[in-house]
Amino acid sequence: MPSEDGDVATRVTTAASHEALGLGEDDLLSIHRTMLTARLVDEASFRLNRQGKAPFVVPVSGHEGCQVGTAWALRRGQDIWVPYYRDVAVVLVAGMTPFEIFLGLFAKAEDPSSGGRQMPSHWGSRRLGIISHSSPIATQVPHAAGIAYAAKYRKEDAVVGCWFGEGATSEGAWHEGMNFAGIHKLPIVFICENNQYAISVAQAKQMAVENVADRGPAYGFPGVVVDGSDVIACYGAMRTAVDRARAGEGPTLIEAKTYRFFPHTSDDDDRSYRTREEVEAAKHRDPLHLFEHYLRKIGVLEKSAVDELAVEVKADVDKAVDQAWSAPDPEPSSLTRHVFSEGDEA
Amino acid sequence: MTEKNVVTAIHDTLHERMAADERVVILGEDIATRGGVFRVTQGFLDEFGEERVIDTPIAEGMIVGVAVGMALHGLLPVAEIEFADFIHPAFDQMVSEVSRMRYRTNGDFGLPMVVRAPYGGGVHGALYHSQSIEAFYGHIPGLKVVVPSTPYDATGMLRAAIDDPDPVLFLEHKRTYRLIKGDVPDEPFVVPIGKADVKREGDDLSVISYGLMLHVCLEAASRLQDQEGVQAEVVDVRTINPLDTETILTSVRRTGKAMVVYEDNRTYGAGAEIAATIAEEAMFDLDGPIVRIGGPDVPAMGFATNLEHAFLPDADRIYTHMLELARF
Repeated sequence: MPSEDGDVATRVTTAASHEALGLGEDDLLSIHRTMLTARLVDEASFRLNRQGKAPFVVPVSGHEGCQVGTAWALRRGQDIWVPYYRDVAVVLVAGMTPFEIFLGLFAKAEDPSSGGRQMPSHWGSRRLGIISHSSPIATQVPHAAGIAYAAKYRKEDAVVGCWFGEGATSEGAWHEGMNFAGIHKLPIVFICENNQYAISVAQAKQMAVENVADRGPAYGFPGVVVDGSDVIACYGAMRTAVDRARAGEGPTLIEAKTYRFFPHTSDDDDRSYRTREEVEAAKHRDPLHLFEHYLRKIGVLEKSAVDELAVEVKADVDKAVDQAWSAPDPEPSSLTRHVFSEGDEA
Repeated sequence: MTEKNVVTAIHDTLHERMAADERVVILGEDIATRGGVFRVTQGFLDEFGEERVIDTPIAEGMIVGVAVGMALHGLLPVAEIEFADFIHPAFDQMVSEVSRMRYRTNGDFGLPMVVRAPYGGGVHGALYHSQSIEAFYGHIPGLKVVVPSTPYDATGMLRAAIDDPDPVLFLEHKRTYRLIKGDVPDEPFVVPIGKADVKREGDDLSVISYGLMLHVCLEAASRLQDQEGVQAEVVDVRTINPLDTETILTSVRRTGKAMVVYEDNRTYGAGAEIAATIAEEAMFDLDGPIVRIGGPDVPAMGFATNLEHAFLPDADRIYTHMLELARF
């Protein structure tokens, strides 16, 4: 929990039980299913990449705990999601379906994010409140602050979640957005998914501090470190931050310590910058397996049920792949559309 | 009708739009307590309050980026960049975000926002308070770039810019702020973005310009009429992008002579695009070479009066070129 005076980063532990956080068994099972879906979307995407059907994949595996845990504390249809490209599980929580994700992977006409214009994993959907982002890093941080300003100005009961990696925190736009959010005590939560590498650059070459969260107090709001492999701890940290934001008390910077199990993208070769031993060791803290272990321990899920669920979700994902693969491509003539308003937008 | 200068016209129009629509908010450096370094927003803080008149930290990328967020969430932000010379940290936001939001979302999101920026020289602004930036931004699809140069156009085009569903970079030439006065109708009117304007009619040659240079060209054209009886038509581009090629080409085809005058560094300036368009579309209607006059290709104008004058094309020089082209 953040300290009382909010001026130091404090480690959040898993001490709070799911009951104390108001999560029932149905919530736990939904959280698990979403994490599992993200993992299986990843596996399918890499399979499609090897088959030559998906030119570019941005993997999520390893980040499911911090993504689902944090996103779960926002409310669909009311709160705003400002993700970055690794946030498969965030957009699943926000309401994007695997079918829609694969429409983007295959650059299909009905891809809700961009109609096949952007690279895959560049999320966006006005209907779902998922804000479109680009490839330059941290440019979405001032956008998130501006949205939060507008929500506060319009006296909406809305909170903005803004996700990014630890590499993004080196950008000027990150500092500038954090600073503006602090000045105006905006209803926003910043979530750093710290997987220790910005493509190949290790954290020690990115910053001189151990915790990104330590920077929160420099902007006048709390920084919180949380175990990104512990989905319930991530939910707890976010729950506190969202409640604080909704109460008008301003932003929080949450840093989830996590790890990415695959290379940066399908075009990256992570053997050039991390040892296989390191990657394998990190998998011992797989957020999906840790949560399944927790669910079995508290008697919510049987081992056999986990296996059955995996088969069921994989069938759903495979069906979504097939549907998306057979969807129409964008018309070449559409290239020149939507540079400016065409006057018929909703 | 009320006679006013350019800075008053912008002040009055912003005020009118803020009074009429609570979605309009303004943000920038020194715009609230100070009322803007050029006094464009003087008195706004007291009248509209600090929620709508936002003094920001010195971070131009953030000013534009926060305006993006506001525009995404139901507001109509008008951001001020204190001097156009300082907009460069926001280039990434302008290129990668502002201009591409609609395109990259296949029309799902739009950005109804305005970025105002005082630009141009002739005010002892030296290297970092004198620059012309329209060529950088005119090159970006998805961004409208306007340069009104009279109180009437500033009024009508600012209304159009705030009403526009797409982002508009609204450039205001600093030297025109208090130098150029003119009548502005009291009743509402709009000057559409994307329409050039013939500011002076003539049969002998077409002079295409904008900004401070427009007024220098008008002065030269007036003297040319008085002293030589040569009639120069002066076309005010008004919008850099999308360029009104129709008005420009109609004038050039009629006079058969084309001169393009701009203050920016000559090479790759906005005038280069205008000259290229004339060459492509109206070459066989021309009775002489296209004349292109711009600032020299040095980084910017100097602070010393002589250095500043040496940079800026003046009426004498433009007069000479006009006469030469008319007699070609």
